[in-house]
Amino acid sequence: MTRRTIIPIGPYHALQEEPEFFKLHVEGETVVGLDIELGYNHRGIEKLSESKTFEETVFLVERICGICSTSHPIACVQAAEDAGAVPVPERALFIRSMVGELERIHSHLLWLGLAGHFLGFNTLWMWAWRFREDVLNVLELITGNRNHYAMMKPGGVRRDILDTDLPTILDLLKGLDQPLQTFRDAVLEDPLVHARTKGVGVLSKELAVAYGALGPTARASGYDIDVRRDHPHAAYDKVEWDVVCTKNGDVFDKAVVRILEMFESVRIIAQCAEQLKTVRGPVDSNPQRIAAGDGIGHYEAPRGEVFHYVRSDGGNRPLRHKVRAPSFMNVPTNRETVPGGSVADATIVLAAVDPCYCCTERMAVALDSPTGERLWGAQELIRMSREKTFRLMDESGWRGPAPPEEMKM
Amino acid sequence: MKAEDTVNRIRGALGPHLAGFEQKSEHRVYLRVAPETVTEVSELMFEEIGARLQIMTGIDTGEGIEVLYHWALDDEDCVVTVFTVVDRDAPELESIASFCPAAEWIEREIWELLGVEFIGHPDLRHLLLSDDWPEGNYPLRKDCRRRVSSDRADERAAVAADAPPTGGIQP
Amino acid sequence: MESRTVNGTINALTRSLNVFHLAGSACNNCDIEILDALTPRYDLERFGITLVGSVRHADVILLSGVFNRKSRLRMLEVISQAPRPYLLVAIGGCPASGLMFRDSYNFFAAPGDYVPIDAFIPGCPPKPEAIIAGVVTVIGALRAGEVVPRCMTEEVAAYAPPTADLVGGASAATPETAT
Repeated sequence: MTRRTIIPIGPYHALQEEPEFFKLHVEGETVVGLDIELGYNHRGIEKLSESKTFEETVFLVERICGICSTSHPIACVQAAEDAGAVPVPERALFIRSMVGELERIHSHLLWLGLAGHFLGFNTLWMWAWRFREDVLNVLELITGNRNHYAMMKPGGVRRDILDTDLPTILDLLKGLDQPLQTFRDAVLEDPLVHARTKGVGVLSKELAVAYGALGPTARASGYDIDVRRDHPHAAYDKVEWDVVCTKNGDVFDKAVVRILEMFESVRIIAQCAEQLKTVRGPVDSNPQRIAAGDGIGHYEAPRGEVFHYVRSDGGNRPLRHKVRAPSFMNVPTNRETVPGGSVADATIVLAAVDPCYCCTERMAVALDSPTGERLWGAQELIRMSREKTFRLMDESGWRGPAPPEEMKM
Repeated sequence: MKAEDTVNRIRGALGPHLAGFEQKSEHRVYLRVAPETVTEVSELMFEEIGARLQIMTGIDTGEGIEVLYHWALDDEDCVVTVFTVVDRDAPELESIASFCPAAEWIEREIWELLGVEFIGHPDLRHLLLSDDWPEGNYPLRKDCRRRVSSDRADERAAVAADAPPTGGIQP
Repeated sequence: MESRTVNGTINALTRSLNVFHLAGSACNNCDIEILDALTPRYDLERFGITLVGSVRHADVILLSGVFNRKSRLRMLEVISQAPRPYLLVAIGGCPASGLMFRDSYNFFAAPGDYVPIDAFIPGCPPKPEAIIAGVVTVIGALRAGEVVPRCMTEEVAAYAPPTADLVGGASAATPETAT
């Protein structure tokens, strides 16, 4: 009978600073099982929503997650608009897509930095987050806040984008061009990144479909779904862009999808900014009521489809508001991708679905160790992950991804 | 409507099981079925039609618990929602998690927040709420609520009342 | 406690600070802004401020999030392990009051009401500049002897989260008997 060890990851200062609890069942160096326990983030938002008006609930759902902060509002207002057949002015659609894509860029850069941190590439972390600041600057300029933009409302958007802000937005996009290319080349070509992520944490397409996986987690496995293309909304059918889909389903492919998606986001934002020069008019159709009925709104957040459902009785509050974040579908796939791998790889595999526990309010698993083994914590697991990288560095002489000398920080 | 053929195929396959049909728009279809048929219908949607389970929603309507299965037809820009209503006093449905792993967590959630028993679920235990949550208290039911005090002193007293006899933060 | 002795100990808190960040039921926005404060644009590390992985090394404990019924238990456990002196700083509106989550069935009380918080940095989220300004203000007050960390004079009580305030359901308490 082989000995098993339980290693809890969490609930505090865990992989993503979020209180979710993973327990790995380990035999020697290999993970043989994974339990996930949730509950540390559950704030009862669906019930709270029933006591808010359709406009107020947007502020509530915005705070489901700080990183995909506009994704929930967009899906939420689309659900209300679907229920009440509320029209949205065209200019508002472009603004929605623009804010959503800016958010996608900053979210993917955030993930890139965290992934770098867990793998032991702190330079990559600082580098990715430094450019993220520029995106947050622009978001602050056009919405008033670095996050929690309060931009969406049923019927349109809350504030317009000034013509005088458009050049700043375009300057940002130009300024991102070089760094994004450097990220792509430095990260995706780096032998150390390959060694740590290729073939690691593979999710097959069949399993991705069975679990209903979403976003980059699905597209990395060859499951070609993207709400922006499949169920056009906002301005996504009014601009040219491509869905990024690969097929190996490993951590490397998930990184590829996210990095390449940022280029597509830049394309979309540039086209939206162009359109805003000529598409004039109101940005809000100012609905007075959401007619009785059921409404569904879904949007492609950085992590995948975010789904909102509302039932209206013609009054000003939802009778029921269902919220489903993409991580709810993606996190369970860890049960398939983490076991079979090494403990040192667990950290990056768990991080690869870009879990947003606050959205999902789920996570963790644990089993009691019958042998009373000493339990390792999150910090040690991250340390083990980084040590594997340092070992590889020593063995191979590779240094890992770093910004080129001439890149100004 | 892009999904017209598929929707007609679903209606045809459901036959007499279909208790209600509403096409709300080109992209939104709602079908009502009886509770006993959810497994069959879900198998049809998931395995034959190849739809993607987006999520399930549970609603306490006062008269019953409505459970909605939201299926995305990604190639045809349509969401097909299949819903059923179960008795509020003894709500139960067959679990579809055995062939649709995407449903595993949401069935647990609907059970713990609304009290619907999913028969045959491999692991029906608390997902979000703590394990010592009072039994029978289903937060999303309309008659379940938290007694809220708008008086902060009242709330602080409630906190203090729970403190151990010696020491503790003075409110 | 002799204020001079306390001040002597407290001076240790005003130099290079080890910061432990504890997030509970947060949307993570504050958490990311805290990490942002470490990134090149704000770069707190140049002041000797570093994030540590264990509460046992903490000089400053940052709290973010509303701490729902489940996570507040963990928070009390963690804080009770922190060696004194430490400063407890609440980041954002959530730990101060629970903000819009106050009425949730899974919320019992805001940390501001039951743990000895020394400073509140409001915002949703507070920008990294605000976080830095808040920390600097507290340190300045410590140095000037205006403030003594509350942990030196107040206990953190560890008690179970009650659910007696829940109404409805088979075994919930009636409003009259609930506290």
